[in-house]
Amino acid sequence: MVQRQRAGSGLFNHFFFDLMDEVFLKIRGLKKHFGSNRVLDGVDLDVARASVTTIIGKSGIGKSVLLKCLANLLTPDAGAIELEGQPIAKSRQSSDREAGVSFSYMFQNNALFDSMTAADNVALPLVEASKIKRAEIRDQVAEMLAHLELTDSAQRYPGELSGGMKKRVALARALITKPQLVLFDEPTTGLDPERKFGVFEMIADYRERFGFTALLVSHDIPEVFEISDKVAWLDEGIIKFFGPPSELNEDAESALSGFLNKANYGRKSNV
Amino acid sequence: MIRALGRSALTVVSELGEMSLFSMAALRGFVVQRHRLAKLVTAIHEIGVRCLPIVFTVGLFTGLVMGLQLYYTLVRLGAEAALGDAVGLSIVRELGPVLTALMVVGQAGSALASELGIQRNDEQIDALQTMGVDSKGYLVGARLVAAVLCFPMLTAIFDLVGIFGGYLTGSVLLGVDAGVYWHHIESSIGWDDVSGGFIKALAFGFITISICAYRGYNTHRKASFPGVRGVSESATRAVVWSSVSVLAADYLITSFLI
Repeated sequence: MVQRQRAGSGLFNHFFFDLMDEVFLKIRGLKKHFGSNRVLDGVDLDVARASVTTIIGKSGIGKSVLLKCLANLLTPDAGAIELEGQPIAKSRQSSDREAGVSFSYMFQNNALFDSMTAADNVALPLVEASKIKRAEIRDQVAEMLAHLELTDSAQRYPGELSGGMKKRVALARALITKPQLVLFDEPTTGLDPERKFGVFEMIADYRERFGFTALLVSHDIPEVFEISDKVAWLDEGIIKFFGPPSELNEDAESALSGFLNKANYGRKSNV
Repeated sequence: MIRALGRSALTVVSELGEMSLFSMAALRGFVVQRHRLAKLVTAIHEIGVRCLPIVFTVGLFTGLVMGLQLYYTLVRLGAEAALGDAVGLSIVRELGPVLTALMVVGQAGSALASELGIQRNDEQIDALQTMGVDSKGYLVGARLVAAVLCFPMLTAIFDLVGIFGGYLTGSVLLGVDAGVYWHHIESSIGWDDVSGGFIKALAFGFITISICAYRGYNTHRKASFPGVRGVSESATRAVVWSSVSVLAADYLITSFLI
């Protein structure tokens, strides 16, 4: 694995760079297999606090499996996942959530409840998993919807919203608990180039505003590199490259270069 | 062949065990849920109120047919005065709880299995888990409690409407004296018959909604196909297994009660 230091993207101030020296999420030796198919075969990854780390790789290589293991939706066969030095299973408990150690997951297809309005979808984590009073939840939801320019759509159902608006509602729901870690599983799937850029901008903007750590899975190469501090290339069940996007094409003969060429990565100079 | 039988038996036992643990987890999850009362009221509306018209209609026609069939059987023996006993006991002891359960399975049970199957495919259940919400407690717990509360009430309504249906054909159409009919209803049906029917209804409520919820919730693991076909398979199997379970449980409970 090629291990690099410091993103150097120039997007964030000194406060963020100080925070980003600290390892927030630590994955060691993570393994997961389905039958005879070894999807993850010893993944090691250190994600710095308040950074945006993007996992890239071929389709079906196990990127979403990795995120689902982090979210406890799949149980790893082996390995350790630590969030702020604590096993991640402990960090997930609601009492810890209130203490500020929490994460959210933004699903590829948004996973919005279609029988609830946008506002109710956003409020759901607070209504069901916190002790915050109704009136306060209403205020927080209104504020979040306003931030994401969704105030006019608050009382509309997901079926009545456009793809981009659904993404924003899903993002609002992911951020309403003020999580420290947000896992994004292909957040731009099915969006046109303009909306894709809008979602990436939104993630970068809200990361700066709320200070969360973001772990993304994306196929949108090279667009996603513009907001990424680090890129992790998952191949054959392990992370084979980990470093800033600017160092992605250093070895033109490598398998990673082959993958990037196939992924249309020809705009290195723009990153 | 013996090996295959043994394997099937082990599968059934393991499924039953898994389903029992699922139901217990759902009830435990419901106890620690927030806004339990609101969820319970919604579930009672889904299982109880929405099923009321179908239970009422089926109860009425069952009573009408029972009155007709039993009248022509009893009249051959010169015992048409016993129509009230025959209609009342068969409805209160057997037909009321069993047909009510089958109707609720057809309406609320299949809807529950499909809804949970869709939510599973759409990753809504996963989303709940990532929010720190107990998905079994949130989606299933209230429905199980509502089923246990609603099935006996729906059965009581079925019994009353069915007995009235028997009166319509037996007395109004075929001429059995109304006083005789109602007197026999009153004198033949004892508290044991009524409570036996309610015990069955309680058991059927818990069993059927558990099966439907279990099949829907585990669509991704139990169905042979992914996507929409998986959901439809889950819903179909939920209804079939619930219906078979109602009849099997009816036999077991009846043999204990008699």
